[in-house]
Amino acid sequence: MRLSAVLIRLASLIVTFFGVAVVVFVLVRVAPGDPIAMMIGPGASAQDIADLRALYGLDKSIPVQFVIWLGHVVRGDFGTSISLRESVTEVVFGRLPATLELAFLALAIAVALGGANAILAALWRGTATEAGVDLFNGVTLSIPDFLWGLIFILLFGVAIPIFDISGRVSPTLELPFVTPFFLIESLVRLRGDLFLDLLGHMIMPAMALALPLAAVVSQILKTSLKEAMHQDYALIARTKGFSETYVLWREALRNAVTPSLTVIGVQFTFLLGGTVIVERLFSYEGLGNLAIDAVINRDLPLIQGIVLLFAVLFVGINLTVDLCTVALNPRLRHG
Amino acid sequence: MAEPRAIHRRLNVRLWLGGSWIGLLFFCAIFAGALAPHDRLAQDLMLQTLPPAWIDGAEPGYYLGTDSLGRDILARILYATRPALIVAIVASSAACAFGSLLGLMAGFFGGWTDRVISRLVDIWMAFPPVLLSILLVAVMGPGLSSVIIAIAVIDWTRFCRVVRAEAMQQRRMDYVDSAKAMGYGTGRIMAREVLPNVLPAILVLFSLEMGIAVIVEAILSFVNLSISTDDPTWGSMIAEGRSIVHQAWWVLVFPLLCLFLTVLAFSQFGEGLKERFDPVMR
Repeated sequence: MRLSAVLIRLASLIVTFFGVAVVVFVLVRVAPGDPIAMMIGPGASAQDIADLRALYGLDKSIPVQFVIWLGHVVRGDFGTSISLRESVTEVVFGRLPATLELAFLALAIAVALGGANAILAALWRGTATEAGVDLFNGVTLSIPDFLWGLIFILLFGVAIPIFDISGRVSPTLELPFVTPFFLIESLVRLRGDLFLDLLGHMIMPAMALALPLAAVVSQILKTSLKEAMHQDYALIARTKGFSETYVLWREALRNAVTPSLTVIGVQFTFLLGGTVIVERLFSYEGLGNLAIDAVINRDLPLIQGIVLLFAVLFVGINLTVDLCTVALNPRLRHG
Repeated sequence: MAEPRAIHRRLNVRLWLGGSWIGLLFFCAIFAGALAPHDRLAQDLMLQTLPPAWIDGAEPGYYLGTDSLGRDILARILYATRPALIVAIVASSAACAFGSLLGLMAGFFGGWTDRVISRLVDIWMAFPPVLLSILLVAVMGPGLSSVIIAIAVIDWTRFCRVVRAEAMQQRRMDYVDSAKAMGYGTGRIMAREVLPNVLPAILVLFSLEMGIAVIVEAILSFVNLSISTDDPTWGSMIAEGRSIVHQAWWVLVFPLLCLFLTVLAFSQFGEGLKERFDPVMR
């Protein structure tokens, strides 16, 4: 990409962010219910209420509130959570790692599962294996993460209780962690017991998030692999005497990965959006679960912070994928 | 030619199976009052969490057991088809009408219209949809109409993006030029010439959207933002079942099964339509 193209792309990102900020602010400001009324006790005087309003900036006109709010947001200050009485930035970034670990575990499962499926189907194309993979993809694709989560709760939480269905880690364990990235830190500290406990809590929500994405990865990769196996270079490799498996691994896969990458990027944002309800389903202490609590408690600053953070993640992922695609495909560099 | 016939048979299976389940849902929704063996709201604390009829300890007449307030699960599942179908039809129609109109305009006019509409879609796509729907319903206050508005407000982008792409293709077709040459107005060309050619894509999306709407309604009732908790929805039944899943799994299983089959039916119906409209895709 030329510099000007990068600049245009960045400028359009800023427009998108501004639009998101306006929508978030307007939505939250027109919400009925007085957040101040929810946080004061019955004995509060009118002066107390007025002081609180001033403290949270709720006494100014709405456009003024927006400008003040946007000014703080740009500096990374999302205000104070009304229900938790802590800095929104701290609360949100304290929860974000749990969600990121879950989302990336799900992404890893989806890529591994979908990739394996696609390679099997491309190797044995036109056989029962391919038909089986197609059927599997068809079913996993049409059932959303919410339903997979419930099905897993019934299967592996109740019928064959091998996994925990609530929380991020067993409450009885003592946690030595100093960072909020529990799964990674348990690996670094070589604490196998903690790692397995964390994984036992994460595997079902991660699978629920991963299955629909795995189907998409599998479909796209399978199509491009089959296409690549018909290209001239694959034919030449075959006439040189290389086996079908070798041609697929060493020649076709490399060329088939790029189209899948773009799709994975877009789908990963859907996966991230799905964490909201899946975390709720498994009482997993991540950002999504926090978001639903914030909506129920009418915690305006917290809602604004979380929704904006999600938007930043979404747009950031799309941008990263765009740049990766360009880096991997030299033909796009001078587009 | 053996092959086309085989393909044809497969299409019909998807359409028929999906269509039959959807038909059954409509039947249940219309005749819920006559089909339900008990009052959907009647509580009986002597009959708490009774198991389904084929398990020891069941009470005669309560075929699928009862929930923690002693309400009949079968009756509640039957009545819950009503909010599910109302949301599926009304929310999908609204999302479809609004999204298709904007998509048609963006694709047909191009230029600034397209840029503004596409930017709007970009902004919308930067929100996590489930979170946005929960936020919207919280803002408007819980209830079926809020759920419907929230789904329409979020999912119009699905229609807009597809219809825009289709309309852009159609715009370059010769028949559009001929229609222009014959002096037809833009509105007439869009409505009478372009729209019919985009319609198959819209119908497929509409069927898929109905499945999505049913799921979103279930999610919103799961977090207690849809209709009142007394009146049954599959989502609120699932929420109760989730909380007592270790004591009474059947409270979760039966509404979940209905939701599962309904979502599968709408998606299979949509896939069946897609293949029917576009045999080249096979």
